[in-house]
Amino acid sequence: MYPPKNVKSMNNMPADPKNEESYCLGIESSADDFGVGVATFKGEILANKSDSYIPAEGGIHPREAARHHAEVADKVVKDALTAAGIKPRDLSVIAFSQGPGLGPSLRTGATVARALASYLEIPLVGVNHSVAHIEIGKLKTGVVDPVTLYVSGGNTMVTAFEAGRYRVFGETLDIALGNCLDVFAREAGLRHRKGLPLGAAVEQLAAKGKNLVSLPYVVKGMDLSLSGLLTAATAMLQKGCPLEDLCYSLQETAFSMVTEVTERALAHTEKREVLLTGGVAANKRLQSMLGVIAEEHDAVFHVVPLEFATDNGAMIAWTGVLAYTHGLTTPLAESYVKLRWRVDKVDVPWIR
Amino acid sequence: MDTLGARRLMKKGAEASLYLAEWHGLKVVVKVRIPKKYRPPALDVQIRTYRTVHEPQLMHEAKAAEVPTPLIYMVNVPEASITMQYIEGQQIKQLLNRAPEETRHELCMKIGDLIGKLHRQGLIHGDLTTSNMILSPEGKIYFIDFGLGEKNSEVEAQGVDLHLMKRALQSTHYMFWEECFKNVLSGYSCVVGADSAEKVYEKIREIERRGRYVEERKQ
Repeated sequence: MYPPKNVKSMNNMPADPKNEESYCLGIESSADDFGVGVATFKGEILANKSDSYIPAEGGIHPREAARHHAEVADKVVKDALTAAGIKPRDLSVIAFSQGPGLGPSLRTGATVARALASYLEIPLVGVNHSVAHIEIGKLKTGVVDPVTLYVSGGNTMVTAFEAGRYRVFGETLDIALGNCLDVFAREAGLRHRKGLPLGAAVEQLAAKGKNLVSLPYVVKGMDLSLSGLLTAATAMLQKGCPLEDLCYSLQETAFSMVTEVTERALAHTEKREVLLTGGVAANKRLQSMLGVIAEEHDAVFHVVPLEFATDNGAMIAWTGVLAYTHGLTTPLAESYVKLRWRVDKVDVPWIR
Repeated sequence: MDTLGARRLMKKGAEASLYLAEWHGLKVVVKVRIPKKYRPPALDVQIRTYRTVHEPQLMHEAKAAEVPTPLIYMVNVPEASITMQYIEGQQIKQLLNRAPEETRHELCMKIGDLIGKLHRQGLIHGDLTTSNMILSPEGKIYFIDFGLGEKNSEVEAQGVDLHLMKRALQSTHYMFWEECFKNVLSGYSCVVGADSAEKVYEKIREIERRGRYVEERKQ
């Protein structure tokens, strides 16, 4: 483990460090997006570039996603540095998404990160993807100690900080919310197009739905299960139930479940802030439901801006800054990716 | 019939408000499931009605399983309210972290024993947390809040029930959750028998592997 001090001396240290800004480049590649962000140590995001792999059909094929990431990596890194207006030699640290996520995708990002750090002789910081979502959300919305609902294609969890870590108060027992919506959309013959993710297509159709179809509502303690809901909705679709009504019912049922669990975590922790992040955070209906519970519990509600709510490099860069400035670095030998790295396994020494 | 005295709000939970009141000279708790504005009215009524009707039934059956639960005095379905006995005592959540080690062991064993009794009777609590258990002055542990419970004898449901207990211990009593959960399981095993207990443990491991991002799940 490099102590940050020694490492800094390896970098071309400016004559007067007070006048010079330090930069962290972050690489995100846990799933279908290859993102590169640049953050200053003071918390400014100077660049947030990405290139997404869009499957010709079906869901994410891990090997194809990794191939995509390898193809676009140098271009996205260059774009990010250009947007930030800095040169590679200006960087002080490289951060990368070390997990959780898809193995081939994560490995591609990690390889790029290792190469950059080795070439520039600067330290490497492996960042937990879920922690990064929460940290960028806090940075961008100004919340300090929220109950966070993180809902995406791969994750559905309610977390809050307690005793040195983000604890998981509720989570899915099976599939993620975004995955549930995406798979249903594909079953209905919808296609992922650039600028219109499947979730957005479901949201548009749901707005035209009128009848609430009864679907399984499964909350178990603070956890929930979405696989039965997906199966039931798909079965109704095959029986000829109108797609608009099903999209509406699927959203209402699934969102009510995550909202109920979030409300329970809010009542349990007595926190005063609610943060919504992840790709599904873009959904207006989900936002309105969470807004209601926040208000009922006298909490403020914030939605992370879409650019920083979906997977992005900036969140990795910023969390890399937090980790690095608190003495955390990842030696090359320990920079292997962790496919199932739970958020509650990560110490976050920068809080309190 | 409804001769409830004035209600005094005792606790505003996420799902229901709990009021203290007097009913025929008895100290009672009125649990009212408040309408949730975030969900569509039809779904809201369906969820509140279902839970209001099922909770008292499960609490009643729990007694037959020798698991102490508050007495049910009245159920008002349109209002989604349940009037029940007020239990004197303390939530296990409040006392577990500061109880001496020996007491902690005993309490956890006892909790495991009670969960075992529920499962043996085909009952699933559905929300096993230490906030939903009250230790009475005479040393009995009462289980409350059966709103997410169900009648189910499948190992799957029993496994999820215990998995939730484990999760609750991890988030609220993280300093010694492992020891607590071990004692819960040993109390549980004493009631259901080692063979049944082993099947449930295996199911818990399976449930955990099913979850995303669990270390032990191998590719």
